Amino acid sequence: MKGVIFDIKHFSVHDGPGIRTTVFFKGCPLRCIWCHNPEGQLLEPENFTRVNMLEGTEFKVDSQAGNIVTAGDVMQEIEKDRVFYEESGGGVTFSGGEPFARPVFLFSLLEKCNEAGIHTAIDTCGYAGAGEIKTAIPLTNLFLFDLKLANKDEHEKYTGVSNKRILENLKIISSEGKEIFIRIPLVEDITDTEKNLTGLREIMLEHPGITRIDLLPRHNIAVSKYKRFGKKVYRGGEKPYNREKSERIRDFFLEKFPVVTIGG
Amino acid sequence: MNNRIKKLRKASIEAPYKLSAERALLVTSFYSEEDPDKNSIPVQRALCFRHIILNKSICINPGELIAGERGPAPKAAPTYPEICLHSLDDLDIISSRKKVAFEADEEFRRVYKDIVIPFWKGRTQRDKIFGNMSSRWLEAYRAGVFTEFQEQRAPGHTVAGKNVFLKGMRDYREEIHEALSRLDFNNDPVAFEKREELKAMDIAAYSLMDFASRYAVELEKLAEKERDPERAKELKDMALICRRVPAGAPSTFHEALQHYWFIHLGVITELNPWDSFNPGRLDRHLYPFYRKEIDSGTLTRERAKELLQSFWIKFNNHPSPPKTGVTAQESNTYSDFTLINAGGVNEDGSDAVNELSYLILDVIEEMRLIQPGTMVQISKKNPDTFVKRALEVVKTGFGQPSLFNTDAIIQQLLSQGKSITDARNGGASGCVETGAFGTEAYILTGYFNLNKILEITLNNGTDPATGKKTGIKTGDPSSFKSFHELYEAFEKQLEYFASIKTEGNNIIEKLYSLNMPAPLLSVITEDCIRKGRDYNSGGARYNTRYIQGVGLGSITDNLASICFNVFDERSVTMKVMLKALKANFKRHEELRHNLVYQTPKWGNNDDYADRFAVMVFNSFYNAVNGKLSSCGGTFRINLLPTTCHVYFGSVTGAMPDGRLSGQPLSEGISPVQGADTKGPTAVIMSAAKIDHIKTGGTLLNQKFSPSFFSGSESIDKMVSLVRTYFRLDGHHVQFNVTDAKTLRDAKKNPEKYRDLIVRVAGYSDYFNDLGETLQDEIIRRTEHSGL
Repeated sequence: MKGVIFDIKHFSVHDGPGIRTTVFFKGCPLRCIWCHNPEGQLLEPENFTRVNMLEGTEFKVDSQAGNIVTAGDVMQEIEKDRVFYEESGGGVTFSGGEPFARPVFLFSLLEKCNEAGIHTAIDTCGYAGAGEIKTAIPLTNLFLFDLKLANKDEHEKYTGVSNKRILENLKIISSEGKEIFIRIPLVEDITDTEKNLTGLREIMLEHPGITRIDLLPRHNIAVSKYKRFGKKVYRGGEKPYNREKSERIRDFFLEKFPVVTIGG
Repeated sequence: MNNRIKKLRKASIEAPYKLSAERALLVTSFYSEEDPDKNSIPVQRALCFRHIILNKSICINPGELIAGERGPAPKAAPTYPEICLHSLDDLDIISSRKKVAFEADEEFRRVYKDIVIPFWKGRTQRDKIFGNMSSRWLEAYRAGVFTEFQEQRAPGHTVAGKNVFLKGMRDYREEIHEALSRLDFNNDPVAFEKREELKAMDIAAYSLMDFASRYAVELEKLAEKERDPERAKELKDMALICRRVPAGAPSTFHEALQHYWFIHLGVITELNPWDSFNPGRLDRHLYPFYRKEIDSGTLTRERAKELLQSFWIKFNNHPSPPKTGVTAQESNTYSDFTLINAGGVNEDGSDAVNELSYLILDVIEEMRLIQPGTMVQISKKNPDTFVKRALEVVKTGFGQPSLFNTDAIIQQLLSQGKSITDARNGGASGCVETGAFGTEAYILTGYFNLNKILEITLNNGTDPATGKKTGIKTGDPSSFKSFHELYEAFEKQLEYFASIKTEGNNIIEKLYSLNMPAPLLSVITEDCIRKGRDYNSGGARYNTRYIQGVGLGSITDNLASICFNVFDERSVTMKVMLKALKANFKRHEELRHNLVYQTPKWGNNDDYADRFAVMVFNSFYNAVNGKLSSCGGTFRINLLPTTCHVYFGSVTGAMPDGRLSGQPLSEGISPVQGADTKGPTAVIMSAAKIDHIKTGGTLLNQKFSPSFFSGSESIDKMVSLVRTYFRLDGHHVQFNVTDAKTLRDAKKNPEKYRDLIVRVAGYSDYFNDLGETLQDEIIRRTEHSGL
């Protein structure tokens, strides 16, 4: 069983409990205009030119975003930090891109982690088949579930797909009694409008499995990545997100939910 | 921090670094008048100590609660001409250099020129040492293969044990008299030597009592003159304390601190063991006094804190004496390397964290001083709350406290043959050095340049910097058929230089044993009295001599690069590699790019590279560990650099890992700056592959941006990171929490960052006081961003 992975990040501390390793799947059905990981959008490896600096001189190296790997390869990398998971109550988080974009590879990894006794989390945009979600549920300890826009038309406008299926999947996970952290990207005038935030809060109140909300202010680190991949930078993306605004939004959600963080 | 402490702290920080000729003059007048045939050398040394402390000026600073200065004023540093004589040129350098400067005024220069230099020229320990070294030792020393600690400082590196807080000088004197009365001149061939040593210890002990009495007299005088009745009462109380300690054992919290302080002053005045003498396990030592007084109502937590803070200021008033030459480069700091320990375990192995451990952390957080250095011992038995609190202090970003693994330290001490009780009473001092506090003389003897040895190996025994045959012939590397052949050659050179180093050490050790006994240090170091033997002659219960390996990350990357590029991938021939190194990579930029970016590196949990660290570690260990020293000590290794990775880098040419000639080497066991790209867990997994238990300390430095420590949840994860490293027997880790942006700005605008303290390597220092190369290196150290 093979998949395409574009990064494995050790000591990720914002993707679930404890010290975690985050595995980034390549390929995503969404095209959010603020996307932080543009190299994760296409399913197949992409060539790009990496520029290494040495005492002010540029060295150009042909590189590839995304490696075709087996589940065994990935497990080997995950196993490297086992002692940290044990000490901290951490584990592995499958992220992307979108892990459900390669469901069979994902299931294989989830099974292997379960056999190895490693805590599993899936960071998903929720756009997947209901059957796939159901298969993943018993193998997954925690869902990090993205909610972006409450209105289905707006969702389609800014991400390329409707949120209908996403909301249905949230219901499925919630009805199975799984623990869910909701993650909301904060993007100026798109996701952070009062109307949208109120809408999202209403949706979330229907799901008792939601134990925590992470607000993810749009980050300006993606700018250099966009340039590297020759993609257009989202308007306004050069500046960091307004700190006070994210704090006001946190307080708004804290009225109804006990744990709300900025930055995960 | 109350007003008194604020004022004292300000005065301490703002006091100028000055040289004081007082001690030099007293030592000179003593030796000019002393009839060398009248007394044995130990007694002479004791009388010299007595002469200094009975005649030196007394300094009591306004508002202070703990009295006593080594010099005539805070930060006025004395010199030790009997060890190392500064020339007038040295004084010019010391007073004009940009970093770690000391003012040497006209008067100082005059007395040096007219009195001190004429008397000591050619007669110092330093002269004797260099005069006794073999030509091959001198050759290797000049090439920068190793340094020599004792060339301008007396052997130090020991820490006060618990008995120092339980006994007064009167108790020690009783022990000395008893030992004297047991001497058996009929059957013991060295009874005479013992008698002289014991007489010297006795003189040192009662002289320290007399020194305290001088303070008592002065305090009483000041009390009478004082108009503020509150301060007058304080001064009277202080005088009373100085009448009681260190003559008798302390009975209150305040007495315990003043008691220790007199002993500290005595030790650092007698000789200059600027590495590390300190009160050791302070929370444990002080707790009985604290508990008793809190329970009886004679002390409040606030008062205890104020006293501790006053104590902290005394350390900050005492920079290490000025260094010159190679020593200034290997250890270029104002820091005296005191390292106060908190946490760890009790003698019975139980959790030693108490109320005072937390109070000490509060003090560290508020004081933000480079001295005293502080650390926490973390045992598996210590609660997470303690570790968390320590990390909250670390988070404030001035590099303190550093974090140590008690359980590893105990294993190290046990494997060196210490008793379980002595091991549990131990800790780490200086930068990261393991020791059995109060019972061990563990003397650092010099840094060892692993990478220079590889450079010499790659040149078949010749040092390319000078063209001289510094090493031995081990073959032309271009003719080597396998990596194994190269490694064998490297190992031979390493063994050769290690034997030159230990050979020199054994001579130097004898020179100190014969000429420079340290009677006061012997009084307080366990078993010196019982054995009738001086600290510098192997009198302590345990005697260890360390050689400190420098640049493990660099040597690992260099070997990995040769193995990977020359022998495995065959992407470059040895000939071309050597040519590129010789050219400092000029016109070999593409090759250098591959070496830097496309070659396995230490610190990424990659066995390909990491196995070379283990190989070098074992070779270094086997070349040094277990050899016996001339005064009954055992040679052992540790891995730490202070600032020596910069000096060693400056004498080492371009290397196969792509490092340019003259650039700093990696420090401690940390990866080469910027070579670790897989994050902190990978660094920890790599670092844990060497056997820390076989060392007397290793140093791992990690730089984090402040975001890593934001919020309680993040700190929990940092606790887990530390706990994991310690579970894997890691010895020590320290975190620099400053972002690179701040540091760059500080370099540009030093005036805006006068208080910016950073972790260097086992100690903290003002960023502004660091040399430019070191500043750049700290900026470059991988910043693990918290995204």
